[in-house]
Amino acid sequence: MINPWRRFKKNKAALFGSILLLIYLVTALFAPLLYPGNPSAPNLAKALERPSIKEPLGKDELGRSILGRIIYGSRVSLLIAIGVVCVGLFIGVPLGLISGYYGGKVDFGIQRATDTLLAFPGFLLALALVAVLGVGLKNTIISVGISMIPIYIRLVRGCTLSVKEQTYVEAARALGTRDLTILFRHILPNVMAPITIQTSLGMGTAILFAAGLGFLGIGVQPPTPEWGAMLGSGRPYLFHAPHVATFPGMAIFFAVLGFNLSGDGLRDMLDPRFKS
Amino acid sequence: MKQEPLLSIKDLRTRFHTYEGVLTAVDGIHLGIYPGETLGVVGESGCGKSVTALSILRLLASPPAQIEGQILFDGNDLLRMSLDEIRRIRGNSISMIFQEPMTSLNPVLTIGEQIAEAIRLHQGLGREEAWEKAVDMLERVQIPSPRIRAREYPHKLSGGMRQRAIIAMALSCHPRLLLADEPTTALDVTVQAQIVDLMEHLKEEIRTSILLITHNLGLIAEMAKRVVVMYAGKIVEEAPVEDLFSEPLHPYTKGLLESIPWMGRKIKEGRKPLQEIPGMVPSLKEMPRGCRFHPRCLTARDRCRNEEPPLIVKHGRRVFCWLWT
Repeated sequence: MINPWRRFKKNKAALFGSILLLIYLVTALFAPLLYPGNPSAPNLAKALERPSIKEPLGKDELGRSILGRIIYGSRVSLLIAIGVVCVGLFIGVPLGLISGYYGGKVDFGIQRATDTLLAFPGFLLALALVAVLGVGLKNTIISVGISMIPIYIRLVRGCTLSVKEQTYVEAARALGTRDLTILFRHILPNVMAPITIQTSLGMGTAILFAAGLGFLGIGVQPPTPEWGAMLGSGRPYLFHAPHVATFPGMAIFFAVLGFNLSGDGLRDMLDPRFKS
Repeated sequence: MKQEPLLSIKDLRTRFHTYEGVLTAVDGIHLGIYPGETLGVVGESGCGKSVTALSILRLLASPPAQIEGQILFDGNDLLRMSLDEIRRIRGNSISMIFQEPMTSLNPVLTIGEQIAEAIRLHQGLGREEAWEKAVDMLERVQIPSPRIRAREYPHKLSGGMRQRAIIAMALSCHPRLLLADEPTTALDVTVQAQIVDLMEHLKEEIRTSILLITHNLGLIAEMAKRVVVMYAGKIVEEAPVEDLFSEPLHPYTKGLLESIPWMGRKIKEGRKPLQEIPGMVPSLKEMPRGCRFHPRCLTARDRCRNEEPPLIVKHGRRVFCWLWT
């Protein structure tokens, strides 16, 4: 058996992805050290200033440092990513387990609800939910989170269906183990691998969706620095001050890339079908 | 042996409701297991042996399964119990060993955790006491250095060791009845012998009855005292083990015994093909009329094709066959 870590390290793309994520994580954790100023303080005299040695990424339309806002924006984006997958995990995983394990009417009910949610494209669903719940950081997390739930339900249900047929689950039942214990102690750990992969990929999607909402002005509200909103506010100046929109766009791009590459790497590492 | 049976099955019928209609896997069987006894159940694959065991503990998903009849354990009908009551019996007074030692242990939990789980569940012991007991059980099933093994995951153990661990788990609460479904089928012959010895030994030690399900007649001869032969969901013959082997009454039992290869056969009898029972076990979807064995039976008569054979008691043995009327 090959050490999974060695296999992960051999995968250059995955390694690159996790290094990207590590950079974002460090940036988010040490934001005040990396940018000591206030990223939201306007300075109209310097509006749309081009990148320079002193201000490597230039200033936005209100004269705020784009570097500073990207640094602080990483906190918002990571918070959204984690919040969103938490919503998806805490609601989707138990429902998927129950649906797959009990089957029958319970399964039918949960699956039809899942079908309904999956019928909408994810972003459209999040958009509609924001329309109902209203804008802001919390509602962004809830809306995008809800759009993730059906994906987890489907994934976990499918895996549960195969794991519950394993003899060790039957053996646990034959020992008189309670259903809840079987679900969370015997089945859940055996479906963790796909959940982990989906979580990594889901974080990338969450950042993208949240940035999309921010871009449309219905996500996280100013003056909170959020990459999508920064991209949106830079759009009118795309021709004579392209740096205002470009750098937040790159921040989004690399974050999503990082999550996706790591997710793919995790899949190669954990998926039994890839084991030699 | 005129004591009360520990478990008595009366007219057990297990049906599965499927898209292709109702399939009757077990069709009206009667069985009794006495305290301290090992009862063997033999038959080909698909004759309803395992379904009978699963029906006793009600481990079949219902629907599609529908279990009818009576299964009295200590005078209480297991089939009329609430799910909570039956759950308290599982693993506690009746436990079960499955055929596949490679898949009967959860790969993500250590051996010790899995044994301790059953102990904590039924004996209300704390985490540490249960762990100690689990280690003790591993020692009793003769696993070397049990304290270290308890902390290991199943993939580190060989098939024989896993089956020992499974036996430890099943016996951890000192059940009064052990349902052993093909306990040695997946093991090497030498390991089989060790497991049989171990089961015999532990059976004496904790005084449990065993329902031994197998298609291995050698194992039955070794362990069981009484044997029930099943065919297509019905019992065809029941006899003490010596009688069954020396004088099988039912043609199916005869066929089974004749199809066992034995050492030195070629030298003694010359090169001739091993006897087989012609044909296949009938599909549950199309059970033959009359005696279910008649299409494969060499002594079948007209009556066998049309009428179901009655129970015939001969020298204290039960057989369902027109041959003995």
